[in-house]
Amino acid sequence: MFEIFGIPSQALFGQLLLGLINGSFYALLSLGLAVIFGMLNIINFTHGAQYMMGAFAAYLLLHHLGIGYWEALVVAPIVIGATGVVIERLFLQHLRKLDPLYGLLLTFGLALVIEGLFRNYYGSSGLPYQVPEALQGGRNLGFMFLPNYRAWVIVLSLAVCFATWFAIERTRLGSYLRAATENPVLVRAFGINVPRMVTLTYGFGVGLAALAGVMAAPIYNVSPQMGSDLIIVVFAVVVIGGMGSIMGAIFTGFALGIVEGLTKVFYPEASNTVIFVIMAIVLLIRPAGLFGRGA
Amino acid sequence: MKILHRLAFAAAAVMCSMVAAQAQDDDVVKIGVLNDMSGLYSDISGQGSVAAAKLAVEDFNPAAHGMKVEVVSGDHQNKPDVGANLARQWYDVDHVDVIVDVPTSSVALAISEITREKNKVFLGSGPATSDLTGPKCSPNTIQWTYDTWMLANGTGKAVVQTGGDTWFFLTADYAFGQALERDTTKVVVANGGKVLGSVRHPLNTSDFSSFLLQAQTSKAKIIGLANAGGDTINAIKQGAEFGITAGGQHFAGLLVFINDVEALGLKTAQGLVLTETWYWDMTDANRAFTKRWQVAAGRPGKFPSMVPAGVYSSVINYLKAVAALKSDNDGRAVVAKMKEMPTDDALYGKGSIRADGRKIHDAFLFEVKKPEESKYPGDDYKLRATIPAAEAFRPLKDGNCPLVGG
Amino acid sequence: MMERVLDASVQARRRDRDVSLGAAFVVMVAFFIIGPFVVYPVFLMKALCFALFACAFNLLIGYVGLISFGHALFFGWASYLTAYAAKTWGLPPELAIGIGTATAAVLGVIAGGLAIRRQGIYFAMITLALSQMMYFFALQAKFTGGEDGIQGVPRGRLFGVFNLANEGTMYVFVLVVVLAGFLLIYRIINSPFGEVLKAIRENEQRTISLGYNTERYKLVAFVLSATLAGLAGSLNSLVFQLASLTDVHWTMSGDVVLMTLLGGLGTVFGPVVGAFLVIAMQNYLAPFGQWVLVIQGAIFVVCVLLFRRGIVGEIAHLLRVQL
Repeated sequence: MFEIFGIPSQALFGQLLLGLINGSFYALLSLGLAVIFGMLNIINFTHGAQYMMGAFAAYLLLHHLGIGYWEALVVAPIVIGATGVVIERLFLQHLRKLDPLYGLLLTFGLALVIEGLFRNYYGSSGLPYQVPEALQGGRNLGFMFLPNYRAWVIVLSLAVCFATWFAIERTRLGSYLRAATENPVLVRAFGINVPRMVTLTYGFGVGLAALAGVMAAPIYNVSPQMGSDLIIVVFAVVVIGGMGSIMGAIFTGFALGIVEGLTKVFYPEASNTVIFVIMAIVLLIRPAGLFGRGA
Repeated sequence: MKILHRLAFAAAAVMCSMVAAQAQDDDVVKIGVLNDMSGLYSDISGQGSVAAAKLAVEDFNPAAHGMKVEVVSGDHQNKPDVGANLARQWYDVDHVDVIVDVPTSSVALAISEITREKNKVFLGSGPATSDLTGPKCSPNTIQWTYDTWMLANGTGKAVVQTGGDTWFFLTADYAFGQALERDTTKVVVANGGKVLGSVRHPLNTSDFSSFLLQAQTSKAKIIGLANAGGDTINAIKQGAEFGITAGGQHFAGLLVFINDVEALGLKTAQGLVLTETWYWDMTDANRAFTKRWQVAAGRPGKFPSMVPAGVYSSVINYLKAVAALKSDNDGRAVVAKMKEMPTDDALYGKGSIRADGRKIHDAFLFEVKKPEESKYPGDDYKLRATIPAAEAFRPLKDGNCPLVGG
Repeated sequence: MMERVLDASVQARRRDRDVSLGAAFVVMVAFFIIGPFVVYPVFLMKALCFALFACAFNLLIGYVGLISFGHALFFGWASYLTAYAAKTWGLPPELAIGIGTATAAVLGVIAGGLAIRRQGIYFAMITLALSQMMYFFALQAKFTGGEDGIQGVPRGRLFGVFNLANEGTMYVFVLVVVLAGFLLIYRIINSPFGEVLKAIRENEQRTISLGYNTERYKLVAFVLSATLAGLAGSLNSLVFQLASLTDVHWTMSGDVVLMTLLGGLGTVFGPVVGAFLVIAMQNYLAPFGQWVLVIQGAIFVVCVLLFRRGIVGEIAHLLRVQL
């Protein structure tokens, strides 16, 4: 037990680890947003509501169909991702030729509708969801007590982020996606069904949000407003990382989680605002974000 | 343009004199149940309080007194502006005579001011802040069920006296939380304990991990939860996850209702010490009320906390005072009458209301049963101690209430 | 010869515009004069404050083409400062409002300075994040009262003469101020300055090539919009005698976007109609709880997909007039 800058190391490492856990959620969610923005040039304001639906899906699967956490990790993203596909087909495809701000307004409206419906039906108080048996308990690391489940969150999100990055940057499918973002007409000329790719990409991004929701269900309150509280921070993360940059989103997500954790140790009053302050600074120095390309 | 200007001035002069809303007198006693219907405190009060108010009206039997009584309800969403808006509209337009319940102290403070301005009545069964009968006391307001001072003295004193002498507070950052922390700190220190630190969290926090970590680092024996509803539940649940109790620390839930205990489950909540002024399983009258309440509120299997019980009690006593005065117009007069008459109702029994607007009754220190000790659903509490009414609430002279002489 | 022909058609169009706008203005004023005898005056005062707020917002999006998702920052902080000035410093209402509005102006300069360099989505995101940052600051700061807000704000005596505690007097005051703000915005739009703004919206590059410092014009427009939004917030805090977190929350920013979108972006009367409708809906549908949220979201979706011109915009389009 030693002290760094007057703060006991126990508190410091503990908050850093908690920051890493928060960062996992930021990374997963901003990854989904970055993928969607990269492909569709749409700011998906509904992302928070889709995260919330993922958590609710996990709850409902358990309570109505007896489907547990491990299966829900796979089923919920697919189900919610499918709703994303429906949203894209019904609404978003009509807006492709318009100013991207209309997409923002539409997804904002959808977010309100979804949150309102869930609030009407479930109230605002939260629903319980237990940590799965296999991950209960924790281990005493000396500087803090780390619940097993929270460790699992870090591991899983790192794995998913890496897998997504790999798929987009290193596989053929990913290269089609990236090409279609740059020049859809040309890619179409090669016989690749661009609209379908776009739809599926949106669905995938939404699925990522839902996955984050399932992961959040056991530790955060499963409540209808869980997404709206989080989404604006995630937007800030994406802006700092650079819209459309996959690696930027992942890295910034984890990094900002850690920064937030540090702030909670040294200057807790600012912990809510530090991410926005960083965003303001980054935008002044590098308007495209840390990893972004072009203004 | 000039003609327009002149017309405008003329219209303005006419309007100034005519538009000021006049509250009309009518012969219906309208009760407005204002609380949180959809958020953090909806389980504790919400529709349950509305049902309690309706049961109270039923039991009072308005027809026998030649009165007509109506109950309306509204959702203040825990926001002072929403609550204030609704209260204004109720008083100005809908002829509501009395507002009851109002959990969430910040809203209650706003309602109390508006009620004073419009000379109506506010019976706060829900709010906790002891300021309502202290510096902010009003001749139109009665605080009914509990307050932060009573909670601090009930739970706080009992915990310190049984060895919990170092404290760390997790406080909801608004009027209620701060009042609760302040009152409990006084009690802890007065009984020889020490407060090692505290941290404020926003209302309706979902992730307590970093606050709990700070509490753990402080090594305080007791982690005082100066919050309520969903916040308390979350903190306790996540505390279990982080091994707080395994590490030797204990939670003191400074404001815990039976709904919270039910939500947590006896396995997690066992051993929690709390203070309430009413428990559904204490008397036959309480049990009978609970059965009717479960039907009226549409909540089979759920149990009413002291808040709806307080709504029932306050409404019945209010109606008695109105019947005695034969009028509901002058809020101050009705409240004065209520302070003059001794209170009596099925749930809270005999009691009284002080000059500062504080309703006095016994308080009970409960401990949450272990799962094996509970014989049937709702059998959650065992009685640890009864705090007689005379000691349960802050002494009249200590409140700094302008209504109290001196 | 050509000039005189062109001149005549331009003048004819201007006359048509003046007729339609003037008629609409008379209707609006009549509505707000008769209104309080029919409908609860406090509700109308709220609608008026938000009408001004929406008009200020419309100045930015309808005429400069910049969508701000953080206008609650100006509305809410002006509201707090006015409430604090009136309650704690005991200032008379005209000074309290002045302080609130000045605060909004200063915030507008700072926020504008940071945000103006970017366009479109980035601009919206920056304004959202800045406003969110200031929301958390309001949550923590002592003087704002956090979750409790600043309560019991006295309305005071306007100029020491008019007792604003009288609902009727307050109503007239609010109506006069809002109409003045409305007319001011109209003058701004139809001035040489306004023409440059419209040019920037149409084609910024070309406007730059014509020698205009577009950054400066945009910044001035932003500050004007922020100041007037602040004026609306100041009025609001005195009407309700309360300044709370709701006024700085991002849903307030979302509400004003909804009002303007519903009423009609870039129309003169659209924001007023939109504000009135949204406030009415929130008021009368309040018993239905969260359905208000659902309906608001649905309106967003429908407007974006089908009614991009908004109500007033569609009416204007049908009647082929300018509104």
